Amino acid sequence: MEAWLLVAQLATLVLVLAVIHRPLGDYIAWTFTRAKDLRVERGLYRLVGVDSDSEQSWGAYLRGVLAFSLIGVLFVYALQRLQAVLPYSLGFPAVPEGLSFNTAASFVTNTNWQSYSPDVTLGYTVQIAGLAVQNFVSAGVGLAVAIALVRGFARRNTGTLGNFWVDLTRAVLRILLPLAVVSAIVLIAGGVIQNFSGFTEVTTLTGGTATVPGGPVASQEAIKMLGNNGGGFFNTNSAHPFENPTPWTSMFEVVLMLAIPFALPRTFGKMVGDTRQGYAVLAAMGVLFVASLAALTAFEIGGAGTGPQLAGGAMEGKEQRFGIAASTLFATTSTITSTGAVNSMHDSFTSLGGMMTLFNMMLGEIAPGGIGAGLYGILMIAVITVFIAGLLVGRTPEYLGKKLGPREIKLASLYILATPTLVLVGTALSFAIPPVRADVESTSIWNPGLHGFTEVLYAFTSAANNNGSAFAGLTANTPWFNTALGLAMLLGRFVPIVLVLALAGSLAAQGKVPVTAGTLPTHRPQFVGLLVGVIVIVVALTYFPVLALGPLAEGLQ
Amino acid sequence: MATTRGFARPYWVALRYMLVATVVLGIAYPVAVLGIGQLALPAQANGSIVTVDGEPVGSSLIGQSFTDADGAALPEWFQSRPSAAGYDASASVASNYGPENPSFLEEIEARRDAIAASDGVDAGDIPVDALTTSGSGLDPHISPEYANEQVARIADARGVPEAEVQSLVDQFTQGRDLGYLGEPTVNVLQLNVALSELAG
Repeated sequence: MEAWLLVAQLATLVLVLAVIHRPLGDYIAWTFTRAKDLRVERGLYRLVGVDSDSEQSWGAYLRGVLAFSLIGVLFVYALQRLQAVLPYSLGFPAVPEGLSFNTAASFVTNTNWQSYSPDVTLGYTVQIAGLAVQNFVSAGVGLAVAIALVRGFARRNTGTLGNFWVDLTRAVLRILLPLAVVSAIVLIAGGVIQNFSGFTEVTTLTGGTATVPGGPVASQEAIKMLGNNGGGFFNTNSAHPFENPTPWTSMFEVVLMLAIPFALPRTFGKMVGDTRQGYAVLAAMGVLFVASLAALTAFEIGGAGTGPQLAGGAMEGKEQRFGIAASTLFATTSTITSTGAVNSMHDSFTSLGGMMTLFNMMLGEIAPGGIGAGLYGILMIAVITVFIAGLLVGRTPEYLGKKLGPREIKLASLYILATPTLVLVGTALSFAIPPVRADVESTSIWNPGLHGFTEVLYAFTSAANNNGSAFAGLTANTPWFNTALGLAMLLGRFVPIVLVLALAGSLAAQGKVPVTAGTLPTHRPQFVGLLVGVIVIVVALTYFPVLALGPLAEGLQ
Repeated sequence: MATTRGFARPYWVALRYMLVATVVLGIAYPVAVLGIGQLALPAQANGSIVTVDGEPVGSSLIGQSFTDADGAALPEWFQSRPSAAGYDASASVASNYGPENPSFLEEIEARRDAIAASDGVDAGDIPVDALTTSGSGLDPHISPEYANEQVARIADARGVPEAEVQSLVDQFTQGRDLGYLGEPTVNVLQLNVALSELAG
């Protein structure tokens, strides 16, 4: 493959994001700082009983997040259980209990892990009234929590962080919904379908029959990418030609995944009154993104491994129209944000290529990460970075004028420990409990040997980090995986959110420490380098042993 | 005022919020997109259907198999890539074979032998897309190399000059989007429709 194609593809992406991040980031900041409600919002607040002028403490903000998410889980669960009596269900029966729980947890946590095959499980009503609604509001929750944390940095001597219901409403109505409508129409122009026709049978040229599926795909696809959700309308997700018909729609979907996450550092900089701080965070995200993309692309073009060598290239699980370059760009974007959509099958990547998609999630999805979650994730690590730098020079660490005392560092440290714990414990239990292990090995694992272990590791990494992509050979619709992954998704979403909001509350309560000669500047390349270093070292120390058991061992065989 | 009205308050708000969200985002939004799509872009919104003599024969975006009832490749049609879904578009699926999976290796070998025999080409000249399954199992495209490789077999099976078949392949070979995105492709269904008109 010619190198200029790779460079031109990346240059296009960088150019588009460079153009949109500033107006979009400023717009998002404006959206969350303007006092005035829109008329339609005032109507909504009256309808649901919210006083939009009231500010919430971090505890009240958190109770709003948790109450809304719990109701969301119950709602999606109920819709699936009632599928048989809902209209437009295509004749599909009710979804079983375990699978319904897993799917409800998955979509409410912005994960979109799919233990089911949508083509043969879900009718249109569950897809649009259950799942697509969560695609909007779960993304809105992530954005709201990130904004609350930014307010924690920006505000002084206050007990409040804003109002969750107002933030959620503005995230959905002013940002996600307008962008989704426009994006859906662009996708239809590219060939993504939007109808309620069900399955149509046609007679082919050879006299056989072929099926053409229908469905409200474009409306779902747009918010699936934009909200970093990733749950496909079809089983094969964005590899399916009706979800992603052409190379340019694939590029468009990549832009949708990255648009808001890469604009949020600008929002952050605006809201804390120093855009340089945002650009430092953006630089760290950008460095990690490009490095990871380069590695994955090199591994796939290299095509190591017995199968790819035998076939003459790593094209198993890849679409001809995308080839390698458009597949690795999509895979990197999807796993380094919290999207989890796929336009090629990660299970069939080369061993080290597949490892890169795992590694992206293990980074904590912060480069740039999921909508909102990426920003609050990298800010938590920035707190740790400032602390480590403070230890090196022997001063009390400060970040953006806030003192990072024991309470703040404890919260950030717990944040960093939370998801790796879920990943490693979940993976270990899958093999440590004898009956579970027997079931995992006989029913769930698809590829033999080390690759099968990687499938299980990938599942827990994806669930705990709320990504949703899979080494999809794994049969996850079993009692063990439906339950364990469901819990991993819920804990992987809400434990970090509790810690983020607690930190936001404690930051907002502080005053502002004046900058002195001893303050570590956090807007310079030196800090960007430190931040990237801390991210990579933390991830490497945490996950190296388990990677060595799976993809590394397979790749180096 | 969620701070001051007791424990149950946020749940009550959340429940009502979810009902409103379902109406706006779950019903109004997809229906609005449906309306715009059906009015402005009906061909795409309805699946980019390909017709022959007014009868639909498939979608230009959804791959098909060109085989007999037993699944054996029909030599007079351009063949699509191998598919883990058997081109059943009611249940898209990929092989998900890892790079070292023994079944994967066997299938590559079997496909290579079959194509070498049917097309009368050297096993080493068979392009990679002819030996591997796609991500969707519904890949509508093959590479120009695989299309070119099939020309001689098709000309022979149909009793038409190779040059005519080759010129169809050239005509249906599509470059990269904008000249640099993705890979060059040949749409198998569209090519086969043109082929059927050539023969007819």
